[in-house]
Amino acid sequence: MAVETPLRDIAKVIRSKNAGPFEITLDIVFKTREDFDAVKKSGVITRELVSQLYNVPTQAIITFGFFELVNAVKITLPRPRAQGGVGETDMHAAQQHVPLQEIRVPWPQP
Amino acid sequence: MTASNDEIRILTPSGMLGYGFPVDHFKLGLAQKPHAITIDSGSTDSGPQKLGLGEMTCSREAYVKDIEVLLEGQRAAKVPLLISSAGGDGTNLHVDVFRDIIVEIAKKRGWHFKLASIYADIDKGHIQKELKAGRVEPLGPVPPLDPREVDAATVVVAQMGAEPFLKALDESEGVDVVVSGRSYDPSPTAAMAIRAGFDPALAWHMGKIMECGALCAEPVGRNVMGWLRRDHFEIEPLNPNERCTTASVAAHTLYEKTHPFLLAGPGGTLDLSQCKYEQVTERRVRVSGSRFEPSKHYTVKLEGARTSGYRSIFIAGARDPIFIGQIDEILAKVIAATRAYFAEVPEESYRIIPHIYGKNGVMGELEPVKTPAHELCIIVEVAAATQSLATAICGKARTSLMHAPYPGRIATAGNLASPFTPLEIPLGEACTFNVYHLMKVDSPTALFPIKVEEI
Repeated sequence: MAVETPLRDIAKVIRSKNAGPFEITLDIVFKTREDFDAVKKSGVITRELVSQLYNVPTQAIITFGFFELVNAVKITLPRPRAQGGVGETDMHAAQQHVPLQEIRVPWPQP
Repeated sequence: MTASNDEIRILTPSGMLGYGFPVDHFKLGLAQKPHAITIDSGSTDSGPQKLGLGEMTCSREAYVKDIEVLLEGQRAAKVPLLISSAGGDGTNLHVDVFRDIIVEIAKKRGWHFKLASIYADIDKGHIQKELKAGRVEPLGPVPPLDPREVDAATVVVAQMGAEPFLKALDESEGVDVVVSGRSYDPSPTAAMAIRAGFDPALAWHMGKIMECGALCAEPVGRNVMGWLRRDHFEIEPLNPNERCTTASVAAHTLYEKTHPFLLAGPGGTLDLSQCKYEQVTERRVRVSGSRFEPSKHYTVKLEGARTSGYRSIFIAGARDPIFIGQIDEILAKVIAATRAYFAEVPEESYRIIPHIYGKNGVMGELEPVKTPAHELCIIVEVAAATQSLATAICGKARTSLMHAPYPGRIATAGNLASPFTPLEIPLGEACTFNVYHLMKVDSPTALFPIKVEEI
């Protein structure tokens, strides 16, 4: 039976980091090709979802894709502000991944 | 030792000079008879204050410690040691700091060798000229370069490719140590492999992985060794308790990169979409199929930062649930009152920014959880034209928040738990990245002067 399961219980890596001072990049790396394929097939992770979670227009998304070579979803967004200036909350953008952890996909229960 | 026709071996002890690395694993690497030792110290990741204020990523003491171990290794192996992006930002100032550290150690130990320093500060007049000629473009989501920002920047550096390293090694016979200004991180490793006649695509890809040390291993580590051959390279961590796997090496190219397999650098783009990753031993991975697409015009990435006034903060705790439940409204009133009090200061000349940990301090408006925790850490950041004004505004905001009335208040003695003195903490000058652009160049080496000296 499939149960709505958060990505944090499925993926091997879910992380965020600066990609230079003006971009933030998010990686979701899966344990196996099967998991990667199943999440891709679920159709839950879309540009629209990213747009909504990170409050960024879809056309501003720099990179979005499922990349088979590395069993990963990669998302790159413009940073909300230039890194390290006045008003910074996360110099390395290392803690901006949490909304991705909470994405729920239908997942078979063991 | 020169590389044979079939193989060049590179040893990289760490992804970041100054963080320290296990010397016993470094020695295991030296025992593999590397043809070069490369190490990067560059990063924009810890902020614009390095470029803006001339700070370094690590302390001078930390650099002295690592560089002494490296120089010892260089002496034992008798191969070039290449250190890139001195101090983190790679300004001329920090190339000279590294040069002085190297000279200091050499004197102390009675060593003599040939040192090349490569500089990467770019003349602002030159940038203005190129900007006018339409040869400077934004890199990613940044506005087109405003000539006033070039003037405002404390210093502007450019990331060099492999060519200045090649020039430094070729121009003068027997250079032992190269210390460079701002460099594309893989350049030193790529330069050594390209110089020995190997495929630039493989050279750049191996450089790209090795510039992070053994970050490509499981668990991640420091010392890493690369073997580059005619049609592939192999990579293995030097700590026997770490291993490279096809997954860990393939996934490494995601790290801190905009795109998972297109990596743009000086002179071209590395395309990893057709790469093949094979497990050679339990701890070693073979990579082939890397491609390099030279760009039509050679470009270098410019990086610059300017100062943007002074900051002061206060840090305070809140525990009263009646207060916490109304924190947004209370803070809005306090900020309005503070602004009214400083009516004579132009409104747009200063900023008051609350960071509320326990509510949304990390993610701000993107925070999906809307219920605050049982206690909050409130940091109010004030940015103004001078330090004394920033502290004055910060102080007014703090005392107003401490004593702010709010509906239902029964704790009438004060709203905040203050852990530290000074209650208002001056942070010094704030900085902002203001140049992050690509500039076309006619020569990959002309902007990067080289100084060679006998130590």
